Amino acid sequence: MSDTADLRAVLEPADVARALSRIAHEIDERTKGADDIVLLGIPTRGVALAQRVAQRLAEIQAHAIPVGSLDITMYRDDLRLKKARALLPTEIPAGGIDDKTVILVDDVLFSGRTVRAALDALGDIGRPRMVQLAVLVDRGHRELPIRADYVGKNLPTSLRESVRVQLIEHDGEDGVYVGTAGA
Amino acid sequence: MKTVLRNVAPYGEQAVDVVLDGDRIAALVPVGTGVGDLVHQFSGEVLLPGLVDLHTHLREPGREDAETILTGTRAAALGGYTAVHAMANTDPVADTAGVVEQVLRLGHAAGYVDVRPVGAVTVGLKGERLAELGAMADSAAQVRVFSDDGKCVSDPLLMRRALEYVKAFDGVVAQHAQEPRLTEGAQMNEGVVSARLGLAGWPAVAEEAIIARDVLLAEHVGSRLHLCHLSTEGSVDIIRWAKSRGINVTAEVTPHHLLLTDELAATYDPVYKVNPPLRTAADVEAVRAGLADGTIDIVATDHAPHPTEDKDCEWAAAAMGMLGLETALSVVIETMIDSGRLTWRQVAERMSTNPARIGRVTDHGNPLAAGEYANLCVVDPGAAWLVDPAALASRSRNTPYAARTMRGRVVATFLRGTATVLNGALAL
Amino acid sequence: MQHLLSTADLTRDDALLILDTAAELAQISDRPMKKLPTLRGRTVVNLFYEDSTRTRISFEAAAKRLSADVINFSAKGSSVSKGESLKDTALTLQAMGADAVVIRHAASGAPHRLAHSGWIESTVINAGDGTHEHPTQALLDAYTLRKHLRDGDGDLAGARITIVGDVLHSRVARSNVLLLNTLGAHVTLCAPPTLLPVGVEEWPCAVSYALDQAIADADAVMMLRVQLERMNASFFPSAHEYSRRYGLDAQRMSTLPTHTIVMHPGPMNRGMEIAADVADSKRSVIVEQVSNGVSVRMAVMYLLLGGAESGIGGN
Ligand SMILES: [Zn+2]
Repeated sequence: MSDTADLRAVLEPADVARALSRIAHEIDERTKGADDIVLLGIPTRGVALAQRVAQRLAEIQAHAIPVGSLDITMYRDDLRLKKARALLPTEIPAGGIDDKTVILVDDVLFSGRTVRAALDALGDIGRPRMVQLAVLVDRGHRELPIRADYVGKNLPTSLRESVRVQLIEHDGEDGVYVGTAGA
Repeated sequence: MKTVLRNVAPYGEQAVDVVLDGDRIAALVPVGTGVGDLVHQFSGEVLLPGLVDLHTHLREPGREDAETILTGTRAAALGGYTAVHAMANTDPVADTAGVVEQVLRLGHAAGYVDVRPVGAVTVGLKGERLAELGAMADSAAQVRVFSDDGKCVSDPLLMRRALEYVKAFDGVVAQHAQEPRLTEGAQMNEGVVSARLGLAGWPAVAEEAIIARDVLLAEHVGSRLHLCHLSTEGSVDIIRWAKSRGINVTAEVTPHHLLLTDELAATYDPVYKVNPPLRTAADVEAVRAGLADGTIDIVATDHAPHPTEDKDCEWAAAAMGMLGLETALSVVIETMIDSGRLTWRQVAERMSTNPARIGRVTDHGNPLAAGEYANLCVVDPGAAWLVDPAALASRSRNTPYAARTMRGRVVATFLRGTATVLNGALAL
Repeated sequence: MQHLLSTADLTRDDALLILDTAAELAQISDRPMKKLPTLRGRTVVNLFYEDSTRTRISFEAAAKRLSADVINFSAKGSSVSKGESLKDTALTLQAMGADAVVIRHAASGAPHRLAHSGWIESTVINAGDGTHEHPTQALLDAYTLRKHLRDGDGDLAGARITIVGDVLHSRVARSNVLLLNTLGAHVTLCAPPTLLPVGVEEWPCAVSYALDQAIADADAVMMLRVQLERMNASFFPSAHEYSRRYGLDAQRMSTLPTHTIVMHPGPMNRGMEIAADVADSKRSVIVEQVSNGVSVRMAVMYLLLGGAESGIGGN
């Protein structure tokens, strides 16, 4: 998957920006009046996405939105299937998450196992009033009863395909690509 | 009965047929011309006088779980030996005529090599008062070598008396040179490696200080002194100096100190734990040089069998010592013959003639000549063999050479004309 | 790397991975729920042949916070002189299905034997062996140093650490010299010559006999425990002389640069190598070292046991 030439772009940079703005607006609408929102990105790319959504939401609501990151490595159900991995940062905003509306942010929703792990991790940190999920791309193929509350783009894929999200913060430019796994 | 050893090369020189008559060498004749009732066909292998070990722990009586006189002498025969000196640190200690005669008897009964008992210098190896050295010398065992080996005769006065006393019957004191206070709790050579491994150090000076003292004592009282298992460069220097002064001192080196270094302790595998400990590469080079130039008179095995449970444990809890009889000649070939530092004739001196002379063993270590006792060994110097601890004749398995490929196989050993080993296997 | 036996086995990247992981895990201790599910179903055995309640508790807390099943196997009093016990115990632990054995032993190299003798397949973590090494102590010391030195930027390159005391018998000193050198720090050992091993000149550090010089420009001073029994073996003449020449008292502490921290692996001999008012001073990070120990040991256990294979080494 290192060769982007094999990849088909499904979201251009402008599409990514629009999708994130839309997510911010939807959050604002559906959590109307809520001043207790905390955005937690799931590393790696979920963190940058959470920060961007938080920034847009802050502009809409005219006050700062607490944003942080939630590493789920220690809660993964496939931990024992791979070599032990380095942990990624968990940063819970100063106000904590108890009785807050926590919105988890990730780049791609696929099997749902990452979100399951994130819910477990969240439960060990505190007791939010409500937990919602925002993703840039939902590619289907769920293996658990999990759905996203906010979706940038629904992207029907086959299992043989892979989805790659690129963000300026990590990759120098924004975009979502689909390629054939193993190509 | 006449036996012919056809096509063997005395000292690796011109091949001949050696004709034995009973227990003696009858003649050395051109290859193919020897005539006898029994012919052993060889193919030009090296013929040496049967090897003589001045330093063997046979463990019997007392630790028959580690070795018996039977298993230990079988190992000796397979290693090319025809005589071994059985160290006194048995249980009971060989400090009386009764014990040394018992060891002698068991050696005769086994029949593989001549077992020459070593008598303890002090009662119970306790270093407090002299054992009955004269009684042991006068016994059937005719003890001539006295040693508290395993322990050092550290009391200088006691050492002086022992050196003096054994002059009466041409005995020699074989000192295990280890200053006890400097080696309390010692686990390995003190140096860079011990510092890294956190194992208590056994400093070279603890050996050298005793050797220096003892050569001066030997000079003062005009006695014969033998020093066991030299392991350090400093020890070689002191012996060289002592010999240059005409002091009547002899010294030995073990095969393992000729080959192995203290880096092996980094495995924490107690198979490498031995006393004195494995030293540095510089020390190894010094003992090789000492053996080559004659400063060190002999190679002695310090064959020290230990049962598995005494080695299958933490380093600090493990017993000290390693097997040596079945691998000694291979180590000497690797370290001294292959490097050109010794000829086969010189190997014969250092592994047969000299130890026999020091131990006053008249039947062994003699020239390969008509009329001499037929104590012989035949060595295939090129044959490679893989050391398999389970295949050793010793009752114990603590060889540091496990899984190592060595060169030089003892093909046959003859004790007074009788084959104890043929085709590399026990013949009795 | 399946086992943690010596800090010599850690590359700089390995060490930083452990320390960074520990920093993430340190947050756990601030949460109401101090537990992670990571090692659920795994069995960690604390095999302690020496009394060390503090180290055992630290490992136990670390394992429990990762949800491992912990078995404390106190082997103290078992015959070490007849060493079968280690082998027999190992075979027992193997039969019990221990995934990791944390071993504390008076014999240098005992963890190495346990790991490499074929008696047991478990991961072996050295919790202090004789006078050899104590790698998790060195890691927690490095962790503590990273937090305090250079404004906590985590880089120990060029940091000056002086370790004072009974280096000869100290597993803490050995592990620290190796690890701190790997991390780029400059280590100075300071002790009376009798308490330095022959061969120390080959270690990657400087050596000094003079405490005042050795600590003059140190960023951290680590005081080692000195056992009074050493006096009877003539390593030094008297406790009084030792503490005068090699002890850290308030007067000496006042000569240290203002940023310099004081460390001690514990347990302390107050009044011997360290004065009470030094141990309790603001420079002292001794209590913090203890709490950092849990995070570091969690990191080690997670990285060695959490995945299908060890996360340390092999990169
Ligand atoms: Zn000895």
